[in-house]
Amino acid sequence: MFSNFVNQFWPATVDGLSLGAIYALVALGYTMVYGVLRLINFAHSEIFMIGTVAALFTVTKIGVSAPLAGFSLLGMLVLLAVVSAVVSGGAAVVLEYVAYRPLRRRGASRLAALISAIGASLFLQQLFALTVIPRLFDRPQEGGRLPVQSPNWVERSDAISIGDFVVRNDKLLIVIAAVLMMLGLDQFVRRTKLGRGIRATAQDPETAVLMGVNIDRIVTATFAIGGAMAGVAAALYLMRFESTNYFVGFLLGIKAFTAAVLGGIGNLRGALVGGFLLGLIELYGSVLFGSEWRDVVAFSVLVLVLMFRPSGILGESLQRARA
Amino acid sequence: MSSKVGNPVGRAVDRTRDLWAEAPRWARWVVYLVLIVGAVLLPSRAIGSIMTPDSDWPTVLFYPIGVYILLAIGLNVVVGQAGLLDLGYVAFFAVGGYMMAVLGTRWGWSFWEILVLGTMAAALSGVLLGAPTLRLRGDYLAIVTLGFGEIVRKVAENTDYIGGPRGIAGIPHPPNLSRFEIFGVRPLRYGVLDPRPYYYLLLVLIVLVIVFAKRLENSRVGRSWAAIREDEDAAELMGVPTFRFKLAAFAIGASIGGATGVVWAGKVISIIPNNFPFILSATILAAVVLGGSGNIPGVMFGAFLIAWLPERFRGLQDYRVLSFGAVLVLMMILRPEGILPSRRRRAELAEGGGGSGHLGAEGAAPAASPDPGTAVATR
Repeated sequence: MFSNFVNQFWPATVDGLSLGAIYALVALGYTMVYGVLRLINFAHSEIFMIGTVAALFTVTKIGVSAPLAGFSLLGMLVLLAVVSAVVSGGAAVVLEYVAYRPLRRRGASRLAALISAIGASLFLQQLFALTVIPRLFDRPQEGGRLPVQSPNWVERSDAISIGDFVVRNDKLLIVIAAVLMMLGLDQFVRRTKLGRGIRATAQDPETAVLMGVNIDRIVTATFAIGGAMAGVAAALYLMRFESTNYFVGFLLGIKAFTAAVLGGIGNLRGALVGGFLLGLIELYGSVLFGSEWRDVVAFSVLVLVLMFRPSGILGESLQRARA
Repeated sequence: MSSKVGNPVGRAVDRTRDLWAEAPRWARWVVYLVLIVGAVLLPSRAIGSIMTPDSDWPTVLFYPIGVYILLAIGLNVVVGQAGLLDLGYVAFFAVGGYMMAVLGTRWGWSFWEILVLGTMAAALSGVLLGAPTLRLRGDYLAIVTLGFGEIVRKVAENTDYIGGPRGIAGIPHPPNLSRFEIFGVRPLRYGVLDPRPYYYLLLVLIVLVIVFAKRLENSRVGRSWAAIREDEDAAELMGVPTFRFKLAAFAIGASIGGATGVVWAGKVISIIPNNFPFILSATILAAVVLGGSGNIPGVMFGAFLIAWLPERFRGLQDYRVLSFGAVLVLMMILRPEGILPSRRRRAELAEGGGGSGHLGAEGAAPAASPDPGTAVATR
């Protein structure tokens, strides 16, 4: 078991980081919405799913004749990321407008908002399984639940190769893209006016309103940004796994939320740390105990971490400290 | 929400509640008796043809309706009374189900022994989950319980002794108590064909659990839960041992879930890990919140609706889940406090969210409320 771990160490690390990068990007959406609204946006996993469908649709429509490499691969990836970021961001804004805003207006409890989120999540899953996926990809009605494959558009090669340490180009791209997006978002929240508004609302909504922050705009922006990040993650996911289905967001969404909690929910850098950590834990765990125990290891580590650091590894810094 | 209810439904509910509060003891017993007789007559064909024309009504009455109702009452202890958000409640249902399956097939225990043991095992698993995690607050607890639910399912899937992903088949039915027959039903003979005896078994359990939960609610334990739900810090300062009572809530909720699992597994013959998905936890939680968390009749009504509506509209086939999701969103928008909230819960929700709190940026939104009653500060 242990020698196996030594042999598999580098591949598991690379895979863990690239998986963790996707978790981290999706976790951003959870963490931002949680920071501003204190809401577990359960339907965020469906926002991710919508992103993968948008990216898949785009790459199918463009029609790639041969696998892409080098700059054409990069260009395609950027295009897909932009498309799915716009679609996912838009979907997230619509979701907020339909499923959460009316509840906020009525001062509903967070429990009610959670149920509304679960309802929206079910609705979106079924909507895609029953109508959207069959229509977009010319499938019969009952085919909407099956995975849809994308054309083979990524030429996979080893980008780095030093002895045992081999990194494939798509995994490297995922990690770089995720870190760049995180850095960009971090600076955005720290330096721009809108970012200041988001931080102010997260800290204290009432005072923020008194200081002239338009909360509705902030909430819309938060959902748009979180959705866009999930969209980018979706494009990266599609590059790596080349297939999607209506249910793809569910487990990934739960994992991403776990990552957000692991790092400290409401904390943007925490999402990055939590995402990478969770990815690594999962891959190391599956090397050590077998891949069927992967989810069990991931959740057990979450419980362990929370026992010793009850508000995550980095704590809840975006918002006020809560009891 | 201001505490005065404006809409006609709410007013009717309030009037009924006042009437109930002033009713003499004998009148209440008459109502109880009518309800129980009604529940006993419920599986009749005439009612079934209206309620579920597309499927067998007594079967539906057992599962999902009866099972959901019992699970919802159990989850209500945790969510509605103690104010702890549990997203992995199905795990306890699974513990009960697997106890029945393993002890029944491998060890040859009888149903009644397993019912007791399974309930205790579920309570123990509630304590095991709660002891390390109940110091966490709110949403951290939610994600940990969700993780626990997934862990239980995955462990069942990966353990060969309990059948792995193929589960366990050939679970014995409860032994027959008597061949006594009344109006063509043998209510104490647990066979394969007739679901009604199982429904009656569940009914007895539901009545017992309601009595138990109701007594708890009015006891020292129930008052402590209310205090914890409303303000945990204040409760702790007033000398309520909050951790111990939260643990008790977890254990009691878990044991109800476990008992339900045993009874359910005693009927279905075979179980697989995928019988216990996260979505079932979410559905039961939806039932609790939809019905009005904290209020047992409300919770039961919510569970009934959530179990019955998809069965009633089987004709819609694939669109059932789609409409279910849409209905959840719509109901929460129209009546966020649930259909029949308890008065106390409603007051708590109006002023501070009662254990679960408000959405962060709500009360402060400038256009949030034309009604001054709702514009109060949230904390």
